[in-house]
Amino acid sequence: MKLRAPYLQAAPLAVILAAFLLLPMIVLVVVSFFDYDSVQIIPSFVLTNYRDVLGSMVTWRTYLSTLRFTAIVWAITLVVGFWVSFYLAFVVQGRVTQLVLFLVCTIPFLTSNIIRMISWVPFLGREGLLNTVLLRLGLIRQPLEFLLFSDFAVVLAYVHLYTLFVVTPIFNTMMRIDRRLIEAAIDGGARFWQIVAHVIIPLCKPGIAIGSIFVVTLVMGDFITVRLMSGGQSASVGLMISNQISLLQYPAACANAVVLLAVVLLMIAAILRIVAIRKEL
Amino acid sequence: MRRPPVTLTLIGRTVLTAFFCLFVLFLYGPTLTIIILSFQGPNGGLTFPMNGVSLHWFARLFEPQAVGDFAGALTRSLLLGSMVMATTVVISIAAGLAFRRRFIGSGALFTLTVASLIIPSILVSLGIGLLFNLAGLDPTWYTSAFGAQLTWTLPFGLLIMFAVFNRFNRAWEEAALDLGASPWQRFRHVVLPIIAPSVVGVALFGFTLSYDEFARTLLTAGSDNTLPLEIFGMTTNVTTPVLYALGTVTTGLSFLVIAAALAAIALIRHAATRSE
Repeated sequence: MKLRAPYLQAAPLAVILAAFLLLPMIVLVVVSFFDYDSVQIIPSFVLTNYRDVLGSMVTWRTYLSTLRFTAIVWAITLVVGFWVSFYLAFVVQGRVTQLVLFLVCTIPFLTSNIIRMISWVPFLGREGLLNTVLLRLGLIRQPLEFLLFSDFAVVLAYVHLYTLFVVTPIFNTMMRIDRRLIEAAIDGGARFWQIVAHVIIPLCKPGIAIGSIFVVTLVMGDFITVRLMSGGQSASVGLMISNQISLLQYPAACANAVVLLAVVLLMIAAILRIVAIRKEL
Repeated sequence: MRRPPVTLTLIGRTVLTAFFCLFVLFLYGPTLTIIILSFQGPNGGLTFPMNGVSLHWFARLFEPQAVGDFAGALTRSLLLGSMVMATTVVISIAAGLAFRRRFIGSGALFTLTVASLIIPSILVSLGIGLLFNLAGLDPTWYTSAFGAQLTWTLPFGLLIMFAVFNRFNRAWEEAALDLGASPWQRFRHVVLPIIAPSVVGVALFGFTLSYDEFARTLLTAGSDNTLPLEIFGMTTNVTTPVLYALGTVTTGLSFLVIAAALAAIALIRHAATRSE
């Protein structure tokens, strides 16, 4: 009985993940080799979908655009996330204040992403708050057009939505840093930036890695933010897949999906190669 | 008096405090804007200035023609959220208990759970949609979308349980065992009361993540929309503040659920310290 208990307890999780994750991923791979015409998908084994995906300049350009978004968003969320966590962990005094401020940062994560994206419209639009204020102050003569429905808006929305995913793991690792290490550094005469660079950042590496994995995978696979915030101006791999789905070109979408999955897994493997996070979990 | 952990000048402290305040403003500012704008007068537009103050757009929300099927979508989302919440809580606790010991396949199951979190949502959505298609089943919000959302909520639930059981003192359970408690009694009267605040946390994640889920639901919900799908549909064809009214209502609902969960956690903690 005792030996069976863990298996019984883990079984529901295993069954659900097998049915709704493993099996669907197998289906994706299988269908990516299927053939299709304008009305249906035809079971067979062809490589044309992959040839189309990898042979098309559009794919490469789209990947480049998505990777550019990922790099920019990763850099911004990392810097912002690090200093927000730093403030929470080392500047704020008192457990309760720390917890309350941390909650303030996490609560938006539990509200609707789509509403949070839409909420930038009255702010950034042609007649939005920002343009109105800048016009009144005489800083600009004409409303800035690039604020909404642009790459700028996409990056802004990403940072708005995903910085939380960086703050949480980094804050978590910072809270576990033995304070005596920092005191020792102070006693040894280390200055603020030396402590940050040689004590805090090295000890935060696992948190930084986990946050990076979140941001990279979220941005690489996104289609909804690009669609809503760029107004059809920018491309992303996720959007490309979602367009193929709406055209019912499922095998093509699957081939694209398999390639995206491979790219994302390679990026995660690269991050894990640099930082071992196993012991953090 | 504890020494401040990091030597920071007053200027450094001020800069970081200002930075943090700006960040919070950045997080909440836009949402506040649309909450204010949802109270636009009947002739008001999508941006400032306010053209009077009214509840006009909230009333419009409940008229059948203004938005698609708001009441139906809301009902479905609340039901689905509750289903996902209950399932996530039960499965996460059970799996959390299981992972306290090594068992054959525990490593693989852990990897699969983490993979569930990081595989792009659109792939999960597409995969489940195709799976149902090939199996000849109609995707619905209570079957395929339910499963799709669980692949998103379960990893969060399990990670929270991991954090709890890592700090869990086994001595309590052993004491109960010595006193002759059955496995169920040990769970019900010893483990559950200790992990209760985190269980509320898992429930909160389960409900809100489901209630707001979009990408994994998109290709799995079938013909009846959940609320986020309905909202997304509106973004392309609704150009009145009714959209903001909808945003205010759903965000308000989320805040209500979050507040209830935090209150429950505080209450449980309070009761626990009093009984000691």
